[in-house]
Amino acid sequence: MTHCSKKFPAALFIGSEGLYSPRMRVHLDAEKCQGHNRCYALAPEIFDVDDYGQAVLLIEDDVPSDLEDKARLAASNCPEYAITITD
Amino acid sequence: MTDTLHTPNNDAPTTYVPPGDRPEGHEFWERSPYDAADYGPVSDFATDFDHGSAAYNAKAPEVWKELRESGCPVAHSERYGGMWVPLTHDTVHDVAYDTENFTSRAVVVSTTRPGDLALPAPIGGAPPITSDPPFHNVARRILLPPFAPKQIEPWEDEIRALCHKLLDEMGEIVPGETVIDAAVQYAQNIPVNVIGRMLGFPAEDEDLFREFVHTTLERINDEPEARAAAFERLDNYILGQVQDHIDNPRDDLTGYLLEVEIEGNKLAPEHVSGSILLLLVAGIDTTWSAIGSAIWHLAQHPDDRQRLADDPEVMTFALEEFLRAYAPVTMARMVAKDVDFHGCPMKQDDWVLLPFPAANRDPHMFEDPDTFIIDREQNRHSAFGLGIHRCLGSNLARLELKVAIEEFVARFPHFELAGDVRWSVGQVRGPRVMPIRILETA
Repeated sequence: MTHCSKKFPAALFIGSEGLYSPRMRVHLDAEKCQGHNRCYALAPEIFDVDDYGQAVLLIEDDVPSDLEDKARLAASNCPEYAITITD
Repeated sequence: MTDTLHTPNNDAPTTYVPPGDRPEGHEFWERSPYDAADYGPVSDFATDFDHGSAAYNAKAPEVWKELRESGCPVAHSERYGGMWVPLTHDTVHDVAYDTENFTSRAVVVSTTRPGDLALPAPIGGAPPITSDPPFHNVARRILLPPFAPKQIEPWEDEIRALCHKLLDEMGEIVPGETVIDAAVQYAQNIPVNVIGRMLGFPAEDEDLFREFVHTTLERINDEPEARAAAFERLDNYILGQVQDHIDNPRDDLTGYLLEVEIEGNKLAPEHVSGSILLLLVAGIDTTWSAIGSAIWHLAQHPDDRQRLADDPEVMTFALEEFLRAYAPVTMARMVAKDVDFHGCPMKQDDWVLLPFPAANRDPHMFEDPDTFIIDREQNRHSAFGLGIHRCLGSNLARLELKVAIEEFVARFPHFELAGDVRWSVGQVRGPRVMPIRILETA
């Protein structure tokens, strides 16, 4: 979460691979997705759609910081609450 | 594609019985225990709700607000043989997600409902909108690919050209004087043209399509016999078009439905014609209403017209706000078995209206819900429904709405209402007559 990484120096967080700063991840619940395509319209860098119009998550790893706002926008516009964000 | 489909539930076969072969005493459509003549004007929408009253759609947002504020999350009516109307986002959501207690076998609340010989769920008369699980998923997956975003995006140029043509056909415009009817001369022509072309039906039949939509969705208080006759006319038209496609195969949606297979089997004839019925009826006055309502709003809000002109990027949010604030479609279900729903004693075969437009104005879901905020960033509206029946044509509808607004305001930067607006009757809400005075041309 960005305000965490601002609040605490990155060096405070020590993971298995050494120092890191926590970053945002996006989770898509394919069972909940009904193909409204709001996420694809708002954040095509993060979401694609398949041949049935169902959302496909393109970034399973940490979301680049310049796309974090778009990820939040997509999550907060999904009518089915299929997208969640963890920071 | 077919290998991913589930087999229909063979324990519940659907048998189509042609009208001539139906035994006496069994009806394809049965009358709701209801006679419109027995009921006068609506006295109280909380206990006597009627979406078929001529006054309803013009003032629907006020009706929903008043009912919610009076502590009525679910209205009721004896009309149509018994009907419930959830009015909050939570209650609308809960019906939409509950396919056990609520069936989609009938989705238009009227004087008639499916009788014991009507195509029962799981298929229903217009699959997949009238289908229940598990068959619903089979029917839906057939129609999802042709309406997926990447299949719809290439239609943009044609829709834009159509809008240009309609605007050109309005003839000479004298700013400050000329009055056009934006519903009749513009909005109503866009979706009808597009879906007709997608299905491969004759362009000269557009008036007929609008008539079909009017008789099925607006004339809900007609005598059952009159409704049955209207449906028969529509069925016969579709059967004629299907036969033409069998005789002259071509690459369009009708041709696709005739060729597509479920695990090696072509679709049953009533499945083909039922899906065409859905595409023809559901794809027309819905988007026509959305376009009309958007123009109705812009005619009264010069600041929003200016914002669209100055900041075209805002359309991403404006489009969804038009859909939220002026969602055209109220769906419906029937109660599948007696259930206590949020304290309401619902009985099997009661109707349930699903007013997604009311859910979209619930203050518990949306901040300042009755205000149109052109750049509203958080907007989980349910204009296209919630759950498994999300509107199949939503990508097409959204594209048509966006292009229609863009082209109208590009041609006419300023305009105003020039007289009384007549709103539709029934579950689809939008202007049907809308005089607009053009104040400026581009």
